[in-house]
Amino acid sequence: MNSISTDPGTLPAGPDIKPKLSRDDMLMRGSMMVIALYLIVTLALPLYTMLSKSFSTYRVEPSQYEFQVSDEAGVFDGTILSGGELNRQMKVFADADLVTGSDGRLPVTGFFPDFNFRSPVMYQIRNTTNAGRFLIGSTLKEGTDWVELDSNTFRRVQMRPVQSRGMGNFVSYFSTPALFNSIKNSLWISVVSTIVTVTLAFWFAYALNRSCMRYKGVFRLIAMAPILVPSLLPGIALVYLFGNQGMLKELLFGASIYGPIGIVIGSVFFTFPHAFLIISTALAISDARLYEAAASLRSTPWRTFWTVTIPGARYGLISAAFVVFNLVITDFGLPKVIGGQFNVLAVDIYKQVIGQQNFEMGAVVSVVLVIPAILAFAIDRMVQSKQVALLSARSVPYQASPNPKADRIFLIYCSLVGLFIVGLLAVCQFAALIKFWPYDLSLSLKNYDFNKMDGGGWGSYFNSIKLAFLTAVIGTTVVFFGAYLVEKSNGFKLGRSVFQMFAMLPMAIPGMVLGLSYIFFFNNPSNPLNGIYGTMAILVICTVTHFYTVSHLTAVTALKQMDKEFESVSASLKQPTMKLFARVTVPVCLPAVLDISIYLFVNAMTTVSAVVFLYSPKTTLASIAVLNMDDAGDIAPAAAMGMMIFYTNAAARIIHLIASKGILTRTQAWRSR
Amino acid sequence: MLQKTPPGEMYLSIQNVWKAFGSFLALKDISLEINEGEFICFLGPSGCGKTTLLRAIAGLDLQTKGTVMQDGKDVSNLPPSERDFGIVFQSYALFPNLTIEKNIAFGLENTGRSKSEISVRVNELLNLVGLPDQGKKYPAQLSGGQQQRIALARAIATKPGLLLLDEPLSALDAKVRVHLRHEIKELQRKLGVTTVMVTHDQEEALAMADRIVVMNHGVIEQVGSPTEIYRAPANLFVADFIGEMNQVKSQVTKGGRLSIGEKTFACLSHKFNDGTPVIAAIRPEDIIPHEPGYLDTGGNRNCIEVTLDEMEFLGSFWRCRLSNKRFGSSELIADFSINAVRRLGLEEGCSMVIELPENRLMAFDVPEAKA
Repeated sequence: MNSISTDPGTLPAGPDIKPKLSRDDMLMRGSMMVIALYLIVTLALPLYTMLSKSFSTYRVEPSQYEFQVSDEAGVFDGTILSGGELNRQMKVFADADLVTGSDGRLPVTGFFPDFNFRSPVMYQIRNTTNAGRFLIGSTLKEGTDWVELDSNTFRRVQMRPVQSRGMGNFVSYFSTPALFNSIKNSLWISVVSTIVTVTLAFWFAYALNRSCMRYKGVFRLIAMAPILVPSLLPGIALVYLFGNQGMLKELLFGASIYGPIGIVIGSVFFTFPHAFLIISTALAISDARLYEAAASLRSTPWRTFWTVTIPGARYGLISAAFVVFNLVITDFGLPKVIGGQFNVLAVDIYKQVIGQQNFEMGAVVSVVLVIPAILAFAIDRMVQSKQVALLSARSVPYQASPNPKADRIFLIYCSLVGLFIVGLLAVCQFAALIKFWPYDLSLSLKNYDFNKMDGGGWGSYFNSIKLAFLTAVIGTTVVFFGAYLVEKSNGFKLGRSVFQMFAMLPMAIPGMVLGLSYIFFFNNPSNPLNGIYGTMAILVICTVTHFYTVSHLTAVTALKQMDKEFESVSASLKQPTMKLFARVTVPVCLPAVLDISIYLFVNAMTTVSAVVFLYSPKTTLASIAVLNMDDAGDIAPAAAMGMMIFYTNAAARIIHLIASKGILTRTQAWRSR
Repeated sequence: MLQKTPPGEMYLSIQNVWKAFGSFLALKDISLEINEGEFICFLGPSGCGKTTLLRAIAGLDLQTKGTVMQDGKDVSNLPPSERDFGIVFQSYALFPNLTIEKNIAFGLENTGRSKSEISVRVNELLNLVGLPDQGKKYPAQLSGGQQQRIALARAIATKPGLLLLDEPLSALDAKVRVHLRHEIKELQRKLGVTTVMVTHDQEEALAMADRIVVMNHGVIEQVGSPTEIYRAPANLFVADFIGEMNQVKSQVTKGGRLSIGEKTFACLSHKFNDGTPVIAAIRPEDIIPHEPGYLDTGGNRNCIEVTLDEMEFLGSFWRCRLSNKRFGSSELIADFSINAVRRLGLEEGCSMVIELPENRLMAFDVPEAKA
């Protein structure tokens, strides 16, 4: 018998045991680094480039140049004139004129009132510092050597701005009312849309979960339909309904649909499924025992509603509100189509970049837009982590009991909401099939002749399918494998938590911001990855990254349900982890894998915001074509293309459903007892 | 039942092992030697470090400091895949999408065995665990006990030198548990594989182990055969954790006798100096009942008169609460056989005499007051 009962106290000094890594450990860490590197290159670095761009200011400094002027005979007397001095005396450029973008250039002849390009007078110019730059025609001159020019050439000299870091862009942003008013506009429409959508979605979800109404399945399908179309499609439908030649224009009593009204109605349409899904989940998990307790305490239905139903669903409601807010404030397509003169942040980015080629200001607006988006996202994450804690294995699912009167009211309500959703889609389909609204109402397929319109024609449709397919396959592979590595590898805590953070980041980054940062990062000639700019590859990469977070979370949830000792057992049996991954993990998680792939497919078909900056003439996309055709006034073909996206996504979903059923019954026989 | 000394040579040696989780020390300077073919149980309350020690032996969670030697080889920092062990978890961890056969064959693949060899071995293992016809089924189609046997078959399929069992029976029904613990013990004896099992169930440990390692707060409190641990606990923790134990405040008086209340009792097995405050302890089944008046006739010094306050019928015996004013405020619990109760005519409220045999009465250090 031996015994040790005294407490030996503290850990002895000396080095800790250093684990010897197995080949599997190294393989997993290596792979994780590769995927982390992917996220760094496709997310962190572009965002960083954009952020630094927003702080880059460009200013022409006349004091950086020195001049000499000869007499009529071309003889210089050695007098050196400073550009800064000349500008002060002549008042050629005011301070505001000197602040420009990266492409700014200013002529120098204004400093010399006697200048005439025909005169025989010669000029000399040089930079005072090595950093100075000026252009002669299109040749860039650097360095401090004097350059002698005749007056005709001197006319073509342009001063180039110097880059520096500072808050200058932000200062000019906030001193331009036309720009910063967008913040108020964006917040305003987002808040209104959020309130309307969450209220509508709550009662819709309530009817589907807590009543004995009929046709629940149909309504569930209808509620999910908007997810299959680009966010700008409801805008097109609204133009047909309430536009200048709209069918129901009178219903607005003179108000214009182009502006906040249109944006809010359209936003309600495209965010409805997201809010409905979240709230429906929250209502579905409520515990029937609480209702029995309330009934046994003789609580009125009204009181039960406020003391049991609402508190039970409150996390769902809050979460839905922030998700909707985030979707609306970051959405670009809808306000572009129906916003009219009502400026919002996402459209401002587009206008600054595409319209005015002012990339720095685009970056500033992006930074401004990221702030509310990140806030909304952070709050949503916090709320969702609490929601999980509410689930209890002992909860009893609530079973609704029939109540003819209430059920009829719910049926009417759901029919109205359903009519709204189906109605907008039907209007688009109708518009697509009509020859020329409102003058020639005969049916025709000429609007489907996309090749005759701007936007890339049928080619863009097939590009979209290619993009969606590639995104689904590549994205699912990368995301699921990445999630597996993070969840199941040993040790390496720091690396794993950094990876988790990167995986969560895309959700908080608006598509416009991601797309713009890709321009800054990948379009830089000194970037070795510059080659992918303008190709399908960058569109796939951008879309995978844009929709990374939700896919990652789906994968993590599925992986967390796996026994955490599988890896230990496999290691003890001396089998490679990748064998376990292929033989057990992937087959068991197949439903989640299929869900991720259809999610990526549908989103790749409908996304506009991120890719609008990145497509090239060879890689036009259907969703972009809708935008461009609408922009060009070809609204009917735009509607036709939008509906093509809808049918494609609907078909993809049906194929996905059939395929998953088929695969699941074949490979998941083990699920049934 | 007498335990034989453990067979074989030293197989596994754990030297000065520490495990820190941040500032919390889960294992404190653990040293232990396990012989070949031995069945060892790590026993202790939850959080005592027993599973941590098992996972360090397996290499699943490395110890912070210290050495683990297996079969003469230092495996301290090796990953699990480079050690030689099979493991069974409480959750079984059977691969749900693979049939029973494929589960068992999982570790046999990629080892140079032919398909037919693997198939022969799988059938052999299925027979060994008594489930010969279940190979084509999926894990979810088997009962919990059957699944655990398959997990065991999978763990021993590659004939590992060491078998680790992490609370293998805790998820099962009481009856299945008793049955399966017997089977596991039989199997272990047949195969002669060195086995370490973690459990918090003392009954399981007593029934299965050759030696029990009692752990608490990251240290080993006692190592010994089940009878040693039960009969001669090294300290109050072990005494209290394993089986039932009456504890009474006491002091050592002249001649090494223990004074309890107003009386003193003879106690053979202690080494305290006179005057030391101790805890006197005796197991309920060691208290011998006598008829009232036995005190006067026999004159046994270790007898005392008590009142029987309460009786609880527990099937094979009666659990009785006894008190005596001269004993102070403490109550004693005694287990009396049904025969004895009938013979002495015991009933609630009656007076009786009990004897605390001097070779069964124990004395322990008074535990330090916990902060």
